[in-house]
Amino acid sequence: MELLANLWLGAQTAMSLVNLFYCLIGVFLGTAIGVLPGLGPVATIAMLLPVTFGLPPVSALIMLSGIYYGAQYGGSTTAILVNLPGESSSVVTALDGHKLAQQGHAGRALAVAAISSFFAGTVCTFLIALFAPPLAEVALKFGPAEYFSLMVLGLVASIVLASGSLLHALGMIVLGLLLGLVGTDVNSGTARYSFGIPELADGISFVTVAMGVFGLGEIIANLAHERTRNVLMAKVTGLMPTREDFKRIIGPVLRGTSLGAVLGILPGGGAMLASFSAYALEKKVSSNSKNFGKGAIEGVAAPESANNAGAQTSFIPMLTLGIPSNPVMALMIGAMIIQGIQPGPSVMTEQPALFWGIVVSMWVGNVMLLVLNLPLIGLWVKMISVPYHLLYPAILVFCAIGTFSLSNSTFDVYLMAVFGFLGYIFHKLGCEPAPMMLGFILGPMMEEFLRRALLLSKGDPMVLVTRPISAIMLGLAVACLLVVLSPMLRKKREEAFAEEAV
Amino acid sequence: MAGIIRNPKDFGAGILYIAFGAVGYWIAVDYGFGRASRMGPGYFPSVLSALLMLFGLIAVIRSFIKPGEPLGGFAWKQSAFVVGSTVAFGLLLVPAGLIVALVALILISAAASHYFKFDWKAVGALIVLVVFCSLVFVKGLGVPMPLLGTWFGG
Repeated sequence: MELLANLWLGAQTAMSLVNLFYCLIGVFLGTAIGVLPGLGPVATIAMLLPVTFGLPPVSALIMLSGIYYGAQYGGSTTAILVNLPGESSSVVTALDGHKLAQQGHAGRALAVAAISSFFAGTVCTFLIALFAPPLAEVALKFGPAEYFSLMVLGLVASIVLASGSLLHALGMIVLGLLLGLVGTDVNSGTARYSFGIPELADGISFVTVAMGVFGLGEIIANLAHERTRNVLMAKVTGLMPTREDFKRIIGPVLRGTSLGAVLGILPGGGAMLASFSAYALEKKVSSNSKNFGKGAIEGVAAPESANNAGAQTSFIPMLTLGIPSNPVMALMIGAMIIQGIQPGPSVMTEQPALFWGIVVSMWVGNVMLLVLNLPLIGLWVKMISVPYHLLYPAILVFCAIGTFSLSNSTFDVYLMAVFGFLGYIFHKLGCEPAPMMLGFILGPMMEEFLRRALLLSKGDPMVLVTRPISAIMLGLAVACLLVVLSPMLRKKREEAFAEEAV
Repeated sequence: MAGIIRNPKDFGAGILYIAFGAVGYWIAVDYGFGRASRMGPGYFPSVLSALLMLFGLIAVIRSFIKPGEPLGGFAWKQSAFVVGSTVAFGLLLVPAGLIVALVALILISAAASHYFKFDWKAVGALIVLVVFCSLVFVKGLGVPMPLLGTWFGG
């Protein structure tokens, strides 16, 4: 019954008027940026991070989390109504969702999307509450060797799950690890890769890189393929799904939620992979599979439940181990550090109100989203029709002011510009920036843990394999790599991703 | 050259990795490698840089063997406007103040779009955005940015 007591504590925190207010702002903003194509949660959270400096830690984290899962709701609206993914995780929702809208069932599709997301959100809130405490307990026993091996496993797993080329995922991770080392080395005091610039000796802020690559870089890429967003907007009528709909979506929602929950925990997973896999799975097992792509309600329910489930469970490794599974979680860790909280398994014991407050706020946020989304659909529709050429200068303004306010220095603004250009180059070369961001945040941690592990073992690298937990994790990492590199599975993997890309 | 490279994206990425790795390695040489039991500041960066060069080499070799998509045009104009407007903001913020810096950022970046027209709508949006930022960030959140910079005696 400790669980109930914990949830009660969380409820008290999350239900305070102030936190309800920030939760509402978070999910509202999340839905808004989810609806807008070309603006994602990474750039938004990065822009807003400096704004949260002055807030109490709980409120700040509640608001930032709301943005992430709120975006999953908003993304489906754009996908269904205008056949454009508002969020990368709702690409597959557009396939059947927009067909339904063309057939005059936009309202039904939107309602099913919201209800599926809500169901998944509720289930996953409980999953976090159930599984986070035992996981944190295990994590408390981790030494530096275990942490190092866990990060290796995490990075390797993110390669396996990345959709693009394996080689580039590896390359980008190592590039990120290297960039993460810029700044003063804590052990020797040497300023590494600082080129004599004092601002660089403090290290590069993760937020600056995120805004550059995901904000500016995306803007340049979008402008390169600029076209009018003059899509026929489907009319929204009949917001209530039929009883028949409910019957049909039970299976897909349950499968989508389970698949999304598992994939969300894995590094590199999260919402996008979850929705792709759920759609692919549903297409295989559904009795209605011949209608997929022609307006099957199952094709909306499965990915929408999966992406919300994935978005929520990706909080588990962040909250229990202090290890981010995707760039959004890396920003959340950044937010914690700014607030003076050391992320890791001790958060739960030292800051129980914070931990449980965030967990309960997720459920509260999901309720708000359900209420917000359907009645306010008119507002979101208006928002979709804002043309991109009016939008991106505003995004740039918020990026510029946001990065300046990090340390009140224009140097960060220039650095962001450099990373923006670099981000566009990555985009052109087909190198995904997400693995780089993971490496960037893990780089200094990995070095520190490896150093400590080898210091304790007097330089014997065998410590990584003689400690059982560490050995298991390294073994799993090797197994993952072998599996991916084996020619047969490689072909299957390419097929799977090719199928998703259609 | 272009005839041998069958996958320009791989080739470009490979060169990028090699360049970053080489610079990283070359600089890290001065940092003191140390031993495994007492790693110097150069240990981890050297290992990573070497790995990065290795991946770059593989990518370059692969680009000669496996065919891939062409690169397509590079958006020089859009890059220049977006990056340039951001740099302009940085340069103008302290001497000219937030208002001028924002106007420069917005107008230069907006010029990157085919659809940009300098009409009353654009001016209206510009004014709303500048006023909003001045109120929220400077007055509300207290970010230390001068509204009018040293050029205007601010």
